[in-house]
Amino acid sequence: MTSTPTRRRQAGVLGAFLLVALLLAGGASYLASGSPDGLDAVTQTGCRETDGALQGWCIAQNAGEHASAGSPFADYAVGGDDALTGVAGVVGVIATLVVAGGLFWLLRRRSGP
Amino acid sequence: MSTEPVAMHMSDGIVDAPVSLAFGVVAILGLAVCIARARRDLDDRTAPLAGLVAAFVFAVQMLNFPVLPGVSGHLLGGALTAILVGPSVGALCVAIVLVLQALLFADGGLSALGTNITNMALIGTGVGFAVAVALRPLARRSRAGLLVTAFVAAWVNTLVASLGFVLEYALGGQGPALGTVLALMAGFHTLIGIGEGIITALTVGAVAAVRPDLVYLLRGPRPELTIREGATR
Repeated sequence: MTSTPTRRRQAGVLGAFLLVALLLAGGASYLASGSPDGLDAVTQTGCRETDGALQGWCIAQNAGEHASAGSPFADYAVGGDDALTGVAGVVGVIATLVVAGGLFWLLRRRSGP
Repeated sequence: MSTEPVAMHMSDGIVDAPVSLAFGVVAILGLAVCIARARRDLDDRTAPLAGLVAAFVFAVQMLNFPVLPGVSGHLLGGALTAILVGPSVGALCVAIVLVLQALLFADGGLSALGTNITNMALIGTGVGFAVAVALRPLARRSRAGLLVTAFVAAWVNTLVASLGFVLEYALGGQGPALGTVLALMAGFHTLIGIGEGIITALTVGAVAAVRPDLVYLLRGPRPELTIREGATR
């Protein structure tokens, strides 16, 4: 049995999580570093990028074109427009919430009959 | 407008098809175990929190932070999710994020989903939780103890998850010598792990400050002091 104040604080925690996630994905994502992450930096070691093509010899040259490259949100843009990264981020947050929240709600132990 | 691909996870072809397939099987088996075990940890109260934790991980993974000139890092989320919602639900949170990133955002190859899920969802969450449980007495002692626990668990989860890639590269990759790849991956992720540790400590600390009962790690069985007392004679 959760008392009403406890339940209200629970709603507060959940609301805060959603708000922070939306602000980070929708706003702070514009401030993210554009440098390759640790993994990409390793796979690109030995190569030099000129005009979008990798010259040299590195792991990343084995990478194929992405099967979802045609997705409207590919590369966290909208229709290829990087200015809309924040929109792509908000879409991602909501999609993750729907899929994960839906799965976990279905999996949960039902209370009562 | 830019054509520069924004990728954070392994692409298709980085390891060969047999190894990709083998880790696809590992990922499916691991996630099946997680689904079976997750039922125990999910109820009317924790299921909505778990959904939001997954959405939060998606958001924070977009925030690459610089670690060296020309190299950035981002949250993986293993220890963060495991501490907040448990290792099984946590692994499912990270796996769902990875699947959506691959399908919607072309980040992380579809054939590399098995390796990416194995590294970040299964290894990252499992190792992060194991470290957190080992440090649980410290986490229960004080707020500082909880923050240190979260930081250390997250740092280790980042480093060990990156070694998962090195293993897959050793089995089915082509490129520089294995030692070079190992040194670079471990070196970069030693630094990235600091960022992962700070984000994890801040997040876990914020939830624990308001609702410590929502933190899975702090809910686990308490040491049975009375039994030990009774056993000494």
